[in-house]
Amino acid sequence: MESHEQQFLILNEPMILAAMISIVVGGLSLVIGVTYFKKWGYLWREWITTVDHKKIGVMYILVALVMLFRGGVDALLMRGQTAMPENGLLDAQHYNEIFTTHGVIMILFMAMPFIIGLMNVVTPLQIGARDVAFPRLNSVSFWLFAVGAGLFNISFIIGGSPDAGWSAYFPLASLEFSPTVGNNYYAISLQIAGLGTLATGINFLVTILKMRAPGMTLMKMPMFTWSILITNVIIVFAFPVLTVALALMTMDRQFGTKFFTMQDGGMDMLWANLFWVWGHPEVYIVILPAFGIYSEIISTFARKNLFGYKSMVVSMVAISLLSFLVWAHHFYTMGQGVMVNSFFSITTMLIAVPTGVKIFNWLLTLHKGKITFTTPMLYSLAFIPIFTIGGVTGVMLAMASADYQYHNTMFLVAHFHYVLIPGTVFAVIAGFHFWFPKVFGFRLNEKLGKLAFWFITISFNVAFFPLFILGLNGMTRRMYTYSESTGYGPLNMLSFLGAVGLGIGFIILVYNLYWSIRYSPRDETGDPWDARSLEWATHGPVPFYNFARIPKINELDAFWYAKRNNKSLYDDRPIEKIHMPNNSGMPFLMSGAFFGAGFCLVFSWWIPTIIFTILIFVFMALRSFEKDHGYYVSVEEIERIERELGGEK
Amino acid sequence: MKIDESLPLEYSTEENRLKILGFWIFLGAEIALFSTLFTVYFTLQNGVGNGPSAEELFKITPVMIETVLLLTSSFTIGLGIHAMRLGMKKAMMTFFVITLALGLGFLGTEIYEFLEYIHEGATIQTSGFTSSLLTLLGTHGAHVTFGLFWGTAILIQVAKRGLTPETANKSFIFSLYWHFLDVVWIFIFSFVYLKGMM
Repeated sequence: MESHEQQFLILNEPMILAAMISIVVGGLSLVIGVTYFKKWGYLWREWITTVDHKKIGVMYILVALVMLFRGGVDALLMRGQTAMPENGLLDAQHYNEIFTTHGVIMILFMAMPFIIGLMNVVTPLQIGARDVAFPRLNSVSFWLFAVGAGLFNISFIIGGSPDAGWSAYFPLASLEFSPTVGNNYYAISLQIAGLGTLATGINFLVTILKMRAPGMTLMKMPMFTWSILITNVIIVFAFPVLTVALALMTMDRQFGTKFFTMQDGGMDMLWANLFWVWGHPEVYIVILPAFGIYSEIISTFARKNLFGYKSMVVSMVAISLLSFLVWAHHFYTMGQGVMVNSFFSITTMLIAVPTGVKIFNWLLTLHKGKITFTTPMLYSLAFIPIFTIGGVTGVMLAMASADYQYHNTMFLVAHFHYVLIPGTVFAVIAGFHFWFPKVFGFRLNEKLGKLAFWFITISFNVAFFPLFILGLNGMTRRMYTYSESTGYGPLNMLSFLGAVGLGIGFIILVYNLYWSIRYSPRDETGDPWDARSLEWATHGPVPFYNFARIPKINELDAFWYAKRNNKSLYDDRPIEKIHMPNNSGMPFLMSGAFFGAGFCLVFSWWIPTIIFTILIFVFMALRSFEKDHGYYVSVEEIERIERELGGEK
Repeated sequence: MKIDESLPLEYSTEENRLKILGFWIFLGAEIALFSTLFTVYFTLQNGVGNGPSAEELFKITPVMIETVLLLTSSFTIGLGIHAMRLGMKKAMMTFFVITLALGLGFLGTEIYEFLEYIHEGATIQTSGFTSSLLTLLGTHGAHVTFGLFWGTAILIQVAKRGLTPETANKSFIFSLYWHFLDVVWIFIFSFVYLKGMM
């Protein structure tokens, strides 16, 4: 443990060294490959500088997939370490680092960006818009997130990873008890990524409120767009709390302030409160869009209208309000008294009501539907019962007095994996399969998709159901090993086997991506699933301007009814020239300055930090003085593209 | 770009309207940010440790000067926007210059006040109370500082390019920001200083 301190490059851990070598080799081969195939110009013009919401969405999802594997390897190491009593795969310090980075990466650098990626790709299309309200800001958001993720990930080779848990409670996370730079990385990388997320929140609120196609009133919006609208409201009000909490953490650790100290008038519980005032809404930031995705998929493949549209909207609004009133249920046992615990117990249990309404709505949507069992539909169907187990155990945990028994045990770990994996992870995978043909023009292979589905679903239950029992038997979370006499061994081994199965499932999923890119037949229709909302009304792959003519709609699922009644959403208006924003390299370069400032701040190198910070402001000033009015796509150009894509839509 | 002549210049294009709504939502996020800082302050205000308390620290004179300067600047920027709507570029610029000068005066007084605090042994490292106080005031002060640079950049653009939909939009949004800082200050004045001196 001592060897981790005061060390710049971590060279004494064989596993970290191996990871470092593989990163260097992988990075070098990537650079050589791009150079050899002369793709730098293409990368810069088409991706790095892009302001196109679809490409930004694809980049978000790409990073999220990479992070899924980073976090997944962490998970496998943890389950491997605990598979047997007194196992020596990891030492205590290394185990602490890995459960910390697993949590942070899976929530903030996998689940969130995967959802933000899907929301980037889908939302503007679903409302019939040509892009988001602020395309340039969207690019800034992505790059801030990307450098935040990068900064967090380099911590394990340069300086050491954070090791105080993803919730980083004080006093453990203070300089006194976590003297390495690990928690500086935590505070600063999340701060940078969080700024990007806040900007996304504002961007999509304005987009959805102001840029809907003519005729699309709020109550005629697709359910996914509704879920995104509400999610972004939560983002805008929850993320500033995280901003403040992380800033105070940085100041306590690096400037000697007394916010979370135990002497000089500080208060360590203040951190726990601030963290969860953001942290609990954050849970709903990753689950509400998942509900939206399931609503779209279930209604599409049941060939029915979504049951109880209004109650779906009302329950999401109710969940979003309640999400700000439940934070103290994360620390019932930390001595805040009966009245406070009772209040938070009741608000927490209340959340089960709107969630239950949604579950019944999905079931009733399925009732008497003509169900087709596609891969995205399988995930959606598996979600309902598995998520319900997660929900019911959540109500058990919500009871403050009973929670004294479950608190910080594996029961809790099992509970939140039972909501987050079938909730968020299944949803983003389902959404990934569902909208993939919209972006790339071909479907992922169904056979491989279903194989991955069965691997993932069964292995998930094998990996996590034993943890309920282990928790009730008294096994606490975050303990790196246990003695044989506890009897925890066999169930932990079972859980490890499940984790391996999950890993195999995800490898099949990625193999499917590779296979489908090579062999999958191309879709010509732009609507391969015979789906309902506006994103399917244009070509697939979608032209960069989305719609040659903006559709006019007069009801929910207008595209579905237009198809049934052989009508068009586009009247006979002639095509007009389209105004589009210019690409810009500035968001990328500015985020580079953020990376520099963040990295130097982690190590308290003040002068370079100040220089990089000034550079950030220089970029902002350049943007202010820039004259950029975008450009027009001519009518001839649009007609040519439409012909190439197989005729006007 | 379609320009709607029936609306004020700052609202005249689609892009401008989007930007104004976006900025209002941003101000919503800023309210959440300052609310959190106020909450932190209220939680820690009695945690004075070995340092001075609010009663010992606060002096009314610099606070009154700051309040008068900032409130007046909010009024003058309002006049500036009014002049902008009448198309009076020169008057608008004058009011903006006065606003920024008042902001600079506020900032100078606040820096003087901070130096006094440090002189009396109340640094950001002294206690939970001083940490939270100076962070709350400092965040507001940093916003004012940023506003001074931002306002100057906008003034230069108005001087060079005249009152276009773009520059009018920027000026209007800047005025929203400036009023917002004033609102935050009213809360600081009432619930930090006055309450602390009682």
